[in-house]
Amino acid sequence: MSEIISVRRRRLILGLGAGAGTLLLGGCDRLSNLPQTQSALLSAQWLTRAAQRALVGPDALAPEYTRADIAPVFRANGTLDPSNPQYQALAANGFRDWRLKIDGLVESPRELSLDDLRSMPAQTQITRHDCVEGWSCIGQWTGPTLRDVLARVIPKPQARYVMLFCADPMDSAGDYYYESIDMRTAAHPQTLLAYELNGETLPIQYGAPLRLRLGRQLGYKMAKYVMRIQLVASYRPFGQGHGGYWEDQGYAWYAGI
Amino acid sequence: MLPRPFRTPTNNSDPKKGERQMEPATATLLPSDRPAGGRVFILRHSLAVRILHWVNFITLTIMLMSGLQIFNAHPALYWGATSHFSRPILSMGAMEDDQGHTWGVTTVGSHTFVTTGVFGWSKGSEGTYTDRGFPTWATLPGPRWLAMGRAWHFFFAWILVINGALYVTLGILSGHIRRDLWLTRVDWRRLGHTFIEHVRLRFPKGDEARRYNGIQKLAYLFVIFIVAPLIVLTGLTMSPTMDAGWPWLLWLFDGRQSARTIHFICAMTFLGFFVVHIAMVILSGVWNNVRSMITGRYAIETPARASHE
Repeated sequence: MSEIISVRRRRLILGLGAGAGTLLLGGCDRLSNLPQTQSALLSAQWLTRAAQRALVGPDALAPEYTRADIAPVFRANGTLDPSNPQYQALAANGFRDWRLKIDGLVESPRELSLDDLRSMPAQTQITRHDCVEGWSCIGQWTGPTLRDVLARVIPKPQARYVMLFCADPMDSAGDYYYESIDMRTAAHPQTLLAYELNGETLPIQYGAPLRLRLGRQLGYKMAKYVMRIQLVASYRPFGQGHGGYWEDQGYAWYAGI
Repeated sequence: MLPRPFRTPTNNSDPKKGERQMEPATATLLPSDRPAGGRVFILRHSLAVRILHWVNFITLTIMLMSGLQIFNAHPALYWGATSHFSRPILSMGAMEDDQGHTWGVTTVGSHTFVTTGVFGWSKGSEGTYTDRGFPTWATLPGPRWLAMGRAWHFFFAWILVINGALYVTLGILSGHIRRDLWLTRVDWRRLGHTFIEHVRLRFPKGDEARRYNGIQKLAYLFVIFIVAPLIVLTGLTMSPTMDAGWPWLLWLFDGRQSARTIHFICAMTFLGFFVVHIAMVILSGVWNNVRSMITGRYAIETPARASHE
């Protein structure tokens, strides 16, 4: 008798186990489609950011490499040539009419030409670019640090984020690429507005005339084709409110891992 | 090898079970001690170990499958700091032949294998063939969705690390690791014999079944103290922020792309461990093993009376 019960119980428990396994696998897919799951899972990025901030100092530098390490062909990713008539016109003229507009929570908003930026002290770094897809490429980037550029407009104390608005349209809905970084990242000594790659004027596929370079985050944070920089207290009012084009598609804002 | 003992002696005999009694796991069974049924129950796994085991199982499954989703975003592995796109160590992809027929192809070093239907070219979630590294049934989510794969991976990475840290801490404090997993001199001496017994699928009975054997212990120690730390450290090495804070990680693993490759190898090692673990659970008695990991109770057949069962 007890053996029969025990056989039934065995079947029940093994059945429950198999069922739970199937549910887990099928269920995870269904769960992935729920916005609540997405935001719950993504919230772990704030714990990751806090932990990495505790372990890594604000000025710790990304490793720099030698000329011998530079990739023969740096992989171009994302938009390769913005299909934007305004941008195309600027490019046709060698970006002579291009201006970087800097405004928002700053004391003195400005518009800087490429020559203005080139006349500033420049930093050259040979650093590794890590794509969210998993690959890495090493290149040499040149340009002023964002810290120096922001010093010219004098950020107000309320400014918490640097928004970067770009020239590349991403979809038919009229969304353009944009990104945001915090002031701590903006002040990092390796955060550049790069106008050169490997000693040459930045080619269009890499984000001409100006792109952001960060030493300690993934490629999608490094906005290309930058047109406007705006200092803000919150990135919520922009796009779908997640701080960037890819963040609006479900990628983590932190992007440090 | 794998599933099995632990746990210290507990003398919780259950009066309702009649002749079945819980005995100290480590006590020697003297002939006079043998219960009439030839079968005794020991408390093999502590409650803590049981909970940590199942949390670990769910977490590792999610980590593996979401990891394969992430791998699929760029299904190629390299050695060194960067990706030498023309010479990957391993890559998966689709190739079209002269007749317009598409093949799934996996390249390992200089060897190329046709892996249509599994790696490189397999049925997507809509039922049509697509260009993807691992097939849809192996990834989380099933369809190509890197953002969500990353969301699962980096949430459950925390669970994995917390669960693992709890296991090691409790395991050291309770003496479980030293008592149940550390190899004794006898274990080392009998390693060859144990191996042969395993190959012949002859599993220990009676007193011997009360403790892990040498091969089991080595397998557990290997995944707990070598593979698990390696997979965490190589995962951290892929973080550009951690590379700034802990540059020694890049030195240790010879660059970010090498770390990614080692991370993948560790994941496959976990998968291999899991396959062998399940095989051993099945071969050495599914019910007894599964019950012992749920309720803690593990039945030991005493050789002299085993025929009565």
